Amino acid sequence: MRAVRIATYLALLAAAAVAPMFVPEYQTQLTDLFLFIVFALTWDLVGGQMGYNSFGNVLFFGIGMYACAVTQVGLVYDVGAYNAARGGGATVFTFDVGQYVQGLAIGLPAGAILAALAAVVVGGLVLGMRGQYFAVCTLGLGFAAGEIANGWEWLGAGSGMVPATPPSEMADIKLFYYYLSLGLAAVTFVVLSWLYTTRFALAINAIRDDEDKAEAMGHLTTTIKVTAWTISAFFLGIAGAIYGNVRGFIDPIDVAFPSATIGVWMILMAILGGKGTIIGPVIGAIIFQITKELFWIYLLGWQRVALGLLIVLIVVFFPQGIVGWVRERRPRAVSAAGQ
Amino acid sequence: MALLEASGVWKSYGGVVANRDISLHVNDGTIAGLIGPNGSGKTTFFNSVVGSHPVDNGSVRFDGREITRLGVRQIARLGLLRTFQQTRVYGQMTCVQNMLISMSERGRGLGNLFTSQRSAAADRAGELLEFVGLYPKRELLAGELSFGQQKLLEFAMALMNEPKMLMLDEPTAGINPTLINGLIDRLKRANADFGVTLFVIEHNMRVIMNLAERIYCLAHGELLAEGTPDEIQANPLVVDAYLGAH
Repeated sequence: MRAVRIATYLALLAAAAVAPMFVPEYQTQLTDLFLFIVFALTWDLVGGQMGYNSFGNVLFFGIGMYACAVTQVGLVYDVGAYNAARGGGATVFTFDVGQYVQGLAIGLPAGAILAALAAVVVGGLVLGMRGQYFAVCTLGLGFAAGEIANGWEWLGAGSGMVPATPPSEMADIKLFYYYLSLGLAAVTFVVLSWLYTTRFALAINAIRDDEDKAEAMGHLTTTIKVTAWTISAFFLGIAGAIYGNVRGFIDPIDVAFPSATIGVWMILMAILGGKGTIIGPVIGAIIFQITKELFWIYLLGWQRVALGLLIVLIVVFFPQGIVGWVRERRPRAVSAAGQ
Repeated sequence: MALLEASGVWKSYGGVVANRDISLHVNDGTIAGLIGPNGSGKTTFFNSVVGSHPVDNGSVRFDGREITRLGVRQIARLGLLRTFQQTRVYGQMTCVQNMLISMSERGRGLGNLFTSQRSAAADRAGELLEFVGLYPKRELLAGELSFGQQKLLEFAMALMNEPKMLMLDEPTAGINPTLINGLIDRLKRANADFGVTLFVIEHNMRVIMNLAERIYCLAHGELLAEGTPDEIQANPLVVDAYLGAH
């Protein structure tokens, strides 16, 4: 069964790798989808596996995004002056191929590391709270970060920031980001799959089921919780770094810290697919992305209403998610699939 | 030699003194009992010992170490575990998983968690599940077990941790009376075969008289009497406390 599973994953990966040649019109949506898979997987590590429902993971997303953009620009120009110019002014800010590649090569890890560091610091402060208190507190995190970025002139404040623009030689940069997103989704999936075979997974499941008991059994619960959030933030930071470049413009609230959209979507995708499983968030992200695109195409003007209705339907009829729903009806099939 | 030694422990909630100047000790390798009417401060005393809340005054020593100011996690990692009156198991995990994650983390850091779940501990987990009679149910979710089975699982989880001392809060409460003898037998074997010192809160007099070598009796937060089961049974103060003459 293990061989079948790995073969399936490799086939999917191969299909995704050649997709831009066959359906180039969907390249943008697929890039988004891969990043969405990362959002759902990283959210589920803390929200599903550990039972800490975070509404504030966009914090790490936005920090990764800004950290990468600032690194990309800052290696060549003064960030303050660059943002103050607002794309106009006397100075022309261009990046040659070497500068662009170098900026990205340093910017992506910088985004990951800064996001992870933020998780260590913030996690140490808020992971002492439990249940709805934690959820509400994290809800504030994303909004607070958005407001801070919105007023921070150095980062471009409310006018936003443009990450380094690719030089004209790199015309196929969108394709590059397609593969980068695909690679990130694949690596995140593999790393989390491995993580869920370790004792660490049992420990965070134990915290989800009864944290007091885990503590009474001598588990270093706070350290474990902060570690889980840090791993989650690390990958989400890279996703943010890529997303900022894909969008080409960072609005502090709508793109970097979008609590009301991506912040909620990442939770929905994990719930829709099935919390606390490795495959659930992936399935959830795929179905969500398809549905969302269909709404935007066919229900334009009403797309947000439709999405809101979908959210209600998911929560009411699929509280256990698709994987949980299937597992209830066909327990054998799912356990054979390694869940 | 005293493994656990409490001297002059005080704990009050607001104006209510739940533990008043309690001094007692549990010798290494023995089984000790803690009895007393409802609300006499037994569970509060357990919580004081394992660090669930700070004590107001007094000191607790375990295995020659001062543990009065340590937290629950550090004390557990020293090898002093407790079980709960209301069972506490990891409901959405299977019995085997419950066992595997209960393996001792003593002296180990976070890195130890990044190792495979399928370790040598799996055999030990199976043995202990067999020991408490839950082996046939090992793949069931712990939350699906009956209350009594959850208590047995919790006991097995505690043994998996290889503690030096285990503090059990009413191990037989809520257990089918026909199974109680089996449980007493297992508690005794845990003590004799695995060398775990036991300290047991119990309301069932037949159980505790049968089990413990030394018994402490609390009433209204104070230590009322101590001695062997025979001495306790003969003590008029204890009889009064239970019949409400106190």
